[in-house]
Amino acid sequence: MKTRKLTIESRTEQLIAVREFVSAAARDFGFADEEISKIALAVDEACTNIIKHGYQYDSSKTITITIKPDKEAFEVLIKDTGARFNPEELQTPDMKEYLAQYKKGGLGVYLMKTLMDKVEYHIHPGEMNEVRLIKYLR
Amino acid sequence: MSDFKVLQRENGGVSVLELKGYLDAHTAPKLEDAIQGLIAAQRYSIVVNCKDLSYISSAGLGVFMAFIEDVRNHQGDIKLSNMTPKVYNVFDLLGFPLLYDITKDERDAVKKFVEKKK
Repeated sequence: MKTRKLTIESRTEQLIAVREFVSAAARDFGFADEEISKIALAVDEACTNIIKHGYQYDSSKTITITIKPDKEAFEVLIKDTGARFNPEELQTPDMKEYLAQYKKGGLGVYLMKTLMDKVEYHIHPGEMNEVRLIKYLR
Repeated sequence: MSDFKVLQRENGGVSVLELKGYLDAHTAPKLEDAIQGLIAAQRYSIVVNCKDLSYISSAGLGVFMAFIEDVRNHQGDIKLSNMTPKVYNVFDLLGFPLLYDITKDERDAVKKFVEKKK
């Protein structure tokens, strides 16, 4: 499978197109339905965070999603040029405590980490931010 | 947008919201409006039937988080029913079954409300 790329406007309307793009690629890579759903959800969460927190709903901005298949690794790179935000600040270390407090938001980062094998952030201030999501075909 | 719908009806004095389609950051405000409408009408016994819900992301889960406290403070509840395994899986990953009453069927959820009132 070759590298695939999709660039979208930073709008929540685009999330459905993102999920379809990622699902089709994951299927072609050889994942079963359950894994495909997990990957699509993780990428949705990453893009949602960028639209809401990185770009703060500025729809003139764009997000680029690149899928780089490498042997057993299905790698999804999500790039934006938004203001730097610290994804770890959205993270919730203790889910029990979190749920008990009925907090809204911040669930996305936790989900991404649970759904994927690897989640990495590369932040280049003033230039671009990149989230790297990896799932291995087993 | 036709990718997500909320249908509202009554079942034995309980408000039922039937969800259809894809619940993500784009469509979540629709569910927010529906629950807000029920709260404004002081209807605090709510069952969310997820039979035709194909997809949920954290933005959808966040809607339940946003209202549950308010609803329970009024002696009500938001109960969830008829989830497909795929949707249940997402709830489960976040530990929601500990916090929310999730039933197999809408009837079971309605029954619980009726029995509580007796």
